[in-house]
Amino acid sequence: MLMVGFLAGGLLIAVESSGGQASPAAFRAPRTKDGKPDLNGFWQAINSANWDITPHTAAPGPNTLGELGSIPPGLGIIEGGGQLPYLPEALTKQKENFEKRWKEDPEAKCYLPGVPRVMYMPFPIQIIESPQMIMMISEYKSALRTVFMENHKKAPADSWMGWSNGTWDGETLVIDNTGFNDRSWFDRAGNHHSDSLHVVERITMTDIDHLNYEATIEDPQVFSRSWKISMPLYRRKEKNMEILEYRCVEYAEDLVYGHLYKDPIK
Amino acid sequence: MSHRLIAATGGLAIALGGAVVMMWPVRLAGQADTSRTVSATTSSANWKAPRTPDGQPEIQGYWTNNTYTPLERAANVNKEFFTKEEAEADARRRAAQEATQTTPGTTGDVHYDFTQFGLDRGQGTRVENLRTSLIIDPPDGKLPARSAEFTARANARRTPRAPGGQYDTVKNIPIGSRCIIGGVGQPMPMFPQGYNSNYQIVQGPGYVMILYENIGDIRIISLNGEPFPPKEVTQWMGISRGHWDGDTLIVETSNFNERIEGRNAAIQGVSSDFKLIERFKRTGPNTMMYEATIDDPSSYASPWTAQVPFAMMDGPIFEPACHEGNYGIANTLAGARLAEKQAAENPAAAQPAAADQRGAAAAPRGGAGGQRGGGARGGARGGARGGNAGGNQ
Repeated sequence: MLMVGFLAGGLLIAVESSGGQASPAAFRAPRTKDGKPDLNGFWQAINSANWDITPHTAAPGPNTLGELGSIPPGLGIIEGGGQLPYLPEALTKQKENFEKRWKEDPEAKCYLPGVPRVMYMPFPIQIIESPQMIMMISEYKSALRTVFMENHKKAPADSWMGWSNGTWDGETLVIDNTGFNDRSWFDRAGNHHSDSLHVVERITMTDIDHLNYEATIEDPQVFSRSWKISMPLYRRKEKNMEILEYRCVEYAEDLVYGHLYKDPIK
Repeated sequence: MSHRLIAATGGLAIALGGAVVMMWPVRLAGQADTSRTVSATTSSANWKAPRTPDGQPEIQGYWTNNTYTPLERAANVNKEFFTKEEAEADARRRAAQEATQTTPGTTGDVHYDFTQFGLDRGQGTRVENLRTSLIIDPPDGKLPARSAEFTARANARRTPRAPGGQYDTVKNIPIGSRCIIGGVGQPMPMFPQGYNSNYQIVQGPGYVMILYENIGDIRIISLNGEPFPPKEVTQWMGISRGHWDGDTLIVETSNFNERIEGRNAAIQGVSSDFKLIERFKRTGPNTMMYEATIDDPSSYASPWTAQVPFAMMDGPIFEPACHEGNYGIANTLAGARLAEKQAAENPAAAQPAAADQRGAAAAPRGGAGGQRGGGARGGARGGARGGNAGGNQ
């Protein structure tokens, strides 16, 4: 079978697929009782993208906790490997965000992480599939996505986690996400977006324990062109695996409100 | 718990964000009794719950358990069921009470009038219930006798956690106002909340997920028979295990944490290892019956059971993002600092504001005086309302 696709650099390629070679569509996922690919389970990314989605070298953290909080290195998750195609003003804003990231990263304040960030935070995600909707529940403050598989509608209002309409494209769950506010960041490095953000995700099981996760991101107010991220999501296989409570509001209150205390926290 | 303060923060953001205003029929204050009610007794004997693809009886959908039926039977009521007319009159009376919680023309009325924002129970989908109390056992509709231990625990949990006044830091403000956990009533058990008593239930193979509109609390109930985790793992909402017994989902929850400070007065003093058994049973195309049995020998002389009908409602449940929009806390703290500053600069003139703040905290329904110290005053009033709303049944 002749397969055509784009390599990371944008080079058009054509290859003969040989049986057994792993390409995203080569694996037939187990099926739910209503015949859809069965993505139920616990999944988690293993990379340092939550620190910085672009390629980056290890660096110290805020230095108040010794090694704890220091930044692990990473090759980034951007296809093509390079930097983000920021418009000039948006690049300036990213640099400002970076300078004040220890206080202004929405994660530091225990705010909802947005999409795609929720998918590569260092917390597991449980997928619960029903025919009408697919739920994705992150352990990080129980951040929830409802992916509507029928009755697709436009987002009624902007929100942190956006509005998700899903369809099946063979083995692949395709999710069209709109209706975002402009407040979430892509990572702890201040990479950001506007409320024009549009994220199209493609999630494909490549074997029983791995999902291939891809997202194409466009935001004409912030970026000069669309760009794409990809990574595997790994199945959490612990026998006693479950999503636990991580109610981080309390952990962030001094940061968010401390300046208003009777004895202010500077 | 503070439902007024919540309204000023996340809850109000929800209403304005779309879900409540868009999805619910909004009616004028005073006509609250005309809200859409769904009869809880529509099922016929041969009605059978539909099944999910993997064979579970289906309880998926958007639900509300919004009601005026009180948890305990009122002192002047001596029967288990009202007639339809009596039930409507009782709901009308309670709706009128709710509508007059704020005084027209005051700042409080502008900011905290639930009827204005469609947050009062009278304007939402409401479940018709002829019962005179949610408690069905004991049969007198009243909570069994509580122990001194229960009272001591409840008092300890209400004691401020940090030194200083309520608005010195955020730590002494109720957890619901801080968007830590569903604030108005209590997420566990699933009794009606003061507002936004709305839920989204999704079933997948081996799991039932329940989303609460308030604060976005989530329960993931495993049906796979795992043992409970070790006692060291505790959670605000505990950890739930469920199984189907015919068409009834039976859920046992354990591993609660010790911080029950924000829950309903009936739960507030229970021990953290109290036993909670819940039953969910679909009773018709648009109705479900929920039962919760609380067993805690160190608190109650006997186990007790409450029955709460659920009605299907229009979705969706919109993202609460309560903490993210919690301007109420910041404004309350800022207002308290301003009041302190004014008091320091001009002790004599600032006194009424300080007194009002204290007065509001002590007397929930007390109307406020002047308009000075805006933020602090609104916050104080909100907090005080909360104290009043704690037993919101």
